[in-house]
Amino acid sequence: MARTEPVYVAGAYEHPTREAPDTSTMQLHAEVAAGALRDAGLPKDAVDGYCTAGVPEYSYAKTPLVMADYLGLDVAFADSTEFGGSSYLAHVGHAANAIRNGVCDVVLVTLAGRPRSRSQDTGTGVREMITVQDSFERIYGEMGVTNYAMAARRHMHEYGTTSEQLAAIREAASYHAQYNEHALYRDPVTVEDVLESRPIADPLHLLDCCVISDGGGAVVVVSEDVREELDRECVSVLGYGEAIGGTRAGRVDVTESAARLSGERAFADAGVSRDEIDYVSLYDSFTITVLMALEDLGFCEKGEGGSFVEGDTLKAPDGELPFNTDGGGLSSNHPGNRGGMTKIIEAVRQLRGEANDEVQVEDATLALAHGTGGRISTRHGCGTLILGREDR
Amino acid sequence: MTWEPRPVPDVTPETRRFWRAAAEGRLLLNDCPDCGLTYFHPRALCPDCFAEAEWIESDGTGEIYTYSVVHQISGWPEEHVPVIVAYVELDEGPRLLTNVVGAEPADVGIGDRVRVTFVETENPDVAVPVFEPVSSA
Repeated sequence: MARTEPVYVAGAYEHPTREAPDTSTMQLHAEVAAGALRDAGLPKDAVDGYCTAGVPEYSYAKTPLVMADYLGLDVAFADSTEFGGSSYLAHVGHAANAIRNGVCDVVLVTLAGRPRSRSQDTGTGVREMITVQDSFERIYGEMGVTNYAMAARRHMHEYGTTSEQLAAIREAASYHAQYNEHALYRDPVTVEDVLESRPIADPLHLLDCCVISDGGGAVVVVSEDVREELDRECVSVLGYGEAIGGTRAGRVDVTESAARLSGERAFADAGVSRDEIDYVSLYDSFTITVLMALEDLGFCEKGEGGSFVEGDTLKAPDGELPFNTDGGGLSSNHPGNRGGMTKIIEAVRQLRGEANDEVQVEDATLALAHGTGGRISTRHGCGTLILGREDR
Repeated sequence: MTWEPRPVPDVTPETRRFWRAAAEGRLLLNDCPDCGLTYFHPRALCPDCFAEAEWIESDGTGEIYTYSVVHQISGWPEEHVPVIVAYVELDEGPRLLTNVVGAEPADVGIGDRVRVTFVETENPDVAVPVFEPVSSA
């Protein structure tokens, strides 16, 4: 992809709530939209592009239309690419291209949801059969956690990965979460705690799974012309890649995700190498999601994710590759069952030097934010963003 | 762990032949006369080359590629939990998502040989293929 003009994330806002019974999902969208614009220092009427995906409480509504109307937006660019939880990484990538093409200058991307208040059986409920694939999968109890559990089992079989190694990922996330006053779970968790938590879908335990939380987040993507008028420190969008994974007509390899392709594309787009990355936000629906992303994105060889995550590799500020310093979806927040937005937001915080003091990576210059939405082992969408400090 | 009868899957003109064959105790796959791909789940056009596919009957044997013993699952009858959700790799090649039945979770492993069997649904023209261990004796 030819990149001719720099594009920036100028505003980022994560809703502090984790449980919001007395509001609506649409209201949360509006609150995070206002928050991100306030962070950027932009007025609402500057917005000329808008992206969102799957408003779960309104599954039969036309997502971009109902939200653009509710928010009172008049836009020249709209995108509702639906990659599940990683949709928002795709939206930033698509928004960057729209801005470079001169279609628009200020793109607002919002996410909100309230599965906690609605007592949704996220990841463990058999849903209605909507697509043709569902009839060949859900009829067997395929739900979400099952797919990640089957990937973990096969990974263990092929590469000797252990439950202890997966648990080390949760341990590192919870270590970071203790410093996040908004995190849903702030108590540090040990490897033993994870192994002793009840099995959900063997070999995954309760503490291998992300939290269920209400909330949301938003970012504002802007052109160079707009950035020049702002006082706020911005973050450069250096590269983006996406890929869709599927069942491959019955030849699925459950130990590999579409992150291999989305990562290759993002690194090629940004023109940077893996060893230059100071911080990573990795989608963490389950511990295995993180381990496979580390391998597929090329931070370690396929099969070596288990040994890579042992010890303090992922712990900020001094680990080799600090990840999810807000506590991630595993400990802090997975608003609307969609972890992609918070991955972008924490990467922006790190590059601005605005992460929590105890976990701020020193001199963080380059960050990667990655989403794995949908379900590995069947259909999933990966979006990978590479972001850089404005003065890089 | 068997949950019979199962809910009826969504039967479409494209998949009716598959479900009906299952009700007769046969597991069908698609085979592409153009590129030779044998694939699952059923689709009218080959997902490799878009040629019009043919139906073939599987021997119904294969091995467990991966699996999970699922302990928490809402919308599934409690008396049938835990349930074993698995990918079985058929001897013809395709891996299909299914259940392993007739086995204790502790006795199941990757690579185990399995054979297709069918559970009824409330629709007599539709049955659901699942797999059971082939005794090693």
